[in-house]
Amino acid sequence: MGPILAVEGLKAYYQMRYFGTLREVRAVDDITLEIQRDEIYGLAGESSSGKSTLIKTIARAIRPPLNVVDGAVRFDFAGQGPRDIYTLSAPELAATRWRHLSYIMQGSMNVLNPVRRIRHSFVDFAFRHMSLPMPAFLRRVEEHLGHLSLRPDVLESFPHELSGGMRQRVTIALATVCRPDFIIADEPTTALDVVVQKGVLEMIRRLQREMGSSVLFVTHDMAVHANLTDRLGIMYAGRLVEEAPTRALFRQPLHPYTAHLIRSLPRIGDDTPRHGLEGRPPNLASPPPGCRFHPRCPLAMEVCQQTTPVMQELAPGHRVACHAAAQGILP
Amino acid sequence: MWKILRDLLRYNWEFTAGVILLAGVTIVALLSFVSPYPPLDVYVVAPDLPPSMEHWLGTTSRGQDVFWQLSVAIRNTLAFGIVVALISRVIALAVGLFAGYAGGPVDRLLMSVNDTFIVVPIFPILVLFYFVMRDQMSWGLLALVAACLGWAYDARLIRSIALSLKTREFTAQSAFSGMNAGEIVTREHLPYVMPVVFTTTMNNMNWSIGLEVTLSVLGFTDVNTPTIGGMIYWANQHAALVSGIWWWIAAPVALVIAVFVALFLLAVSMNEYIDPRSRLARMGGG
Amino acid sequence: MRGYALYLFKRLFQFCLVVFIGINVTYLITHATPIDPVEQTITAATAFGTTSPEAIAMMRRSLQDLYGTGGSGFDQWLAFWRRIVVGDFGPSLSAFPTPVSTLIRRALPWTAGLMLVATLLSWGLGNLLGGLAGYYRRNRLLKFAGIVAMGVHPVPYYIVAFVLLIIFGYLWPVLPITGAYAQGLQPGFSLEFAGSVIRHSLLPTASLVLVGIGGWFMGMRSLVSNVVTEDYTVYAELAGVRRRRILGAYVMRNALAPQVTGLAMTLGAIFNGAIITEQVFGYPGLGSLLVAAVHAGDYSLVIGVTTVSILAVSFAVLLVDVLYPLLDPRVQAR
Repeated sequence: MGPILAVEGLKAYYQMRYFGTLREVRAVDDITLEIQRDEIYGLAGESSSGKSTLIKTIARAIRPPLNVVDGAVRFDFAGQGPRDIYTLSAPELAATRWRHLSYIMQGSMNVLNPVRRIRHSFVDFAFRHMSLPMPAFLRRVEEHLGHLSLRPDVLESFPHELSGGMRQRVTIALATVCRPDFIIADEPTTALDVVVQKGVLEMIRRLQREMGSSVLFVTHDMAVHANLTDRLGIMYAGRLVEEAPTRALFRQPLHPYTAHLIRSLPRIGDDTPRHGLEGRPPNLASPPPGCRFHPRCPLAMEVCQQTTPVMQELAPGHRVACHAAAQGILP
Repeated sequence: MWKILRDLLRYNWEFTAGVILLAGVTIVALLSFVSPYPPLDVYVVAPDLPPSMEHWLGTTSRGQDVFWQLSVAIRNTLAFGIVVALISRVIALAVGLFAGYAGGPVDRLLMSVNDTFIVVPIFPILVLFYFVMRDQMSWGLLALVAACLGWAYDARLIRSIALSLKTREFTAQSAFSGMNAGEIVTREHLPYVMPVVFTTTMNNMNWSIGLEVTLSVLGFTDVNTPTIGGMIYWANQHAALVSGIWWWIAAPVALVIAVFVALFLLAVSMNEYIDPRSRLARMGGG
Repeated sequence: MRGYALYLFKRLFQFCLVVFIGINVTYLITHATPIDPVEQTITAATAFGTTSPEAIAMMRRSLQDLYGTGGSGFDQWLAFWRRIVVGDFGPSLSAFPTPVSTLIRRALPWTAGLMLVATLLSWGLGNLLGGLAGYYRRNRLLKFAGIVAMGVHPVPYYIVAFVLLIIFGYLWPVLPITGAYAQGLQPGFSLEFAGSVIRHSLLPTASLVLVGIGGWFMGMRSLVSNVVTEDYTVYAELAGVRRRRILGAYVMRNALAPQVTGLAMTLGAIFNGAIITEQVFGYPGLGSLLVAAVHAGDYSLVIGVTTVSILAVSFAVLLVDVLYPLLDPRVQAR
């Protein structure tokens, strides 16, 4: 079987008409990537690098003014053959969601309906996929909650009655109770304190192993990626700039931006001063020509200002979009 | 400021429609200063004439020209609305800014009083007021009482903004630089609440004009001062509709509806200008 | 449960405060004015002739008692409150010697019924349509409804009632335009009587609903357009939860909570509308009673109606507040 997800040349722009003029913000610009079965794929980058927009686009969770301009998002859930999620009809999409494709959202604190008990969320989200009678369904849910060290009585609670960590575990339970093939996790641990964060990450890893699902895990926190993901993609200003197995990427980053991200990680026993990157991420309404990173890049050459670098596979499974790396100059 | 106005006029149809309507009404009101007839006199023209070239909107059963009567009436009604809005703005600003800045128990107490004025049915109280005052009831007195009863809703709005301003950096900075509470509130916070004050002014004028019209129509104000409500009151007294003098009623009703719609449209468009969320919705929709 | 008790206590306190301030404003208006209400009332009441001197003396006593024009300021204030607490506003002067409380008791059900139906209708319909309009943004019909609501909303009750009166009373006379039921009908639990009551209530209700619905419509529409961008709604959509369910249990349910608070806040103003509407359509409720009392110079009746309206509105607000936690469980935690 091929990859479970293949994204090809995906472009998604915010298109706004205000006071008569069209403004385009190229939040996701020409992205191609594949995610294999039974792997955790990480996506990293600063805020406003377009990583959240990318996964929203992959999940077909976009609404105007964000539009897909070009490209395809092909999912191949077990035995069904690849299909572009944007060609699915509404009932097909509804049948796919949660059964095959589920989502742990950013800001998980507010993703549970504040005026209803947790039980209702499970019924709304998962019941129709499980083909179980209601009592059996609720037993299954309680059992699943047990995997995440949650007591069955959280089902009768309101979200505001639970602690942040508990709510986060509830949303993870909600996203995994149908044992989906593909889980998108958007900064699920960002708002949690470090101890709780560690526990939650271990749970995600354990569930993924047990179910054999694929996970697309997004966070700006490189330390989390280092501990959790199998492969890692780095985004900068709406583009994918580097992609490699996580270990290889940390051992030898090829893109200067990746190198910067890794260098800025704190390390025990290392007290050399850390240098911030000069400048700011570009305005995506009018990105710089050539490589979008060149105004901030320590290795920038003349060609970087004119030609957009393309993704090249420089080592097995290690792709990078950088003129310097293509010439063998390492950051 | 002018650029904002220009943009609003060009791209916001609500604002443009509101400005045009209000400008029309204002012109009618201003014409009252060149009225050929003294507004308080009756039987200056032949009564009960339908609209014609000579009397554009006809004449009343009391021998007044409807157009010129209307022009004085709308002037007084608008003036009433403006006076009430001004006085109640002062109260709302004082209470709202102070409660927001003070916070804590002071805020809770003030908001309890505030909520009381929001909830209490104002109309029976005004009727009672008229009942007690009777002949001493005047236009200015009614404006004062209406203002004293009609500030609460806006005070709550202003307070919520002041509350958010309080936690901003510059407030602490001003306090450290030795400004006292009064100075901080008037110099630093006031500019931030002004946009909301403008919006609420429109809504408040709508409210007070509606109140005035309603009270006058029932005869519960000084009906001798020509106002829109007063005109309808006299038309009703003469059973204008039954005797077919429809223009006597239709003219003030149409004009006052124009005022309501104009003020409402202005409030809506300004509100949208202030609230970026609804502006965003417009951008997405456009 | 403790949270709810605390919440209830706060609401009760607010209720008492509203009543306290409202009644004291009434007291202030009747006592801080330069006019002696007693003599003025007697002049007004006796202007029609044929009142015996004994009746006048009794009237004066009862009036002085009611307004408490004797004694110190504090005594007057206490006397005023005592009257209100026991619900005794003295005899009506225009319908002497019927007690004011009897007149009010007769009128109150009509107003309460009209208000209840009109408020529930305009609130319910406004929220339903506004919610749909906010959720289905591109629906032409709902957009049109929004424009109509925007147009009618700022027009005051009197004008709307009056326009309805002109249309259905003169231009196309199909509905009764005055009274609460057909003249000559015996009030009772008969089908004919009920039908007549409903027919007569159509126009007053329609005018109240027409004015009231716009505000709820627009409020709900903008609330919903915010709630649809909230994480929990977006998440439910991502999960493929049925649109209907999202609209009902997620969007509407959450947007409704502030609308209930809004209902409590506007009850006073809705009440104003009922008074005008009753006057225009000759409906025998509190509003008509108040207007008639003013015209007849019936001081005790005016005070009685004013006080009862304040009490009734405050009580209605309290009722809404008490029911609010059913809709929004978070209130108990605050």
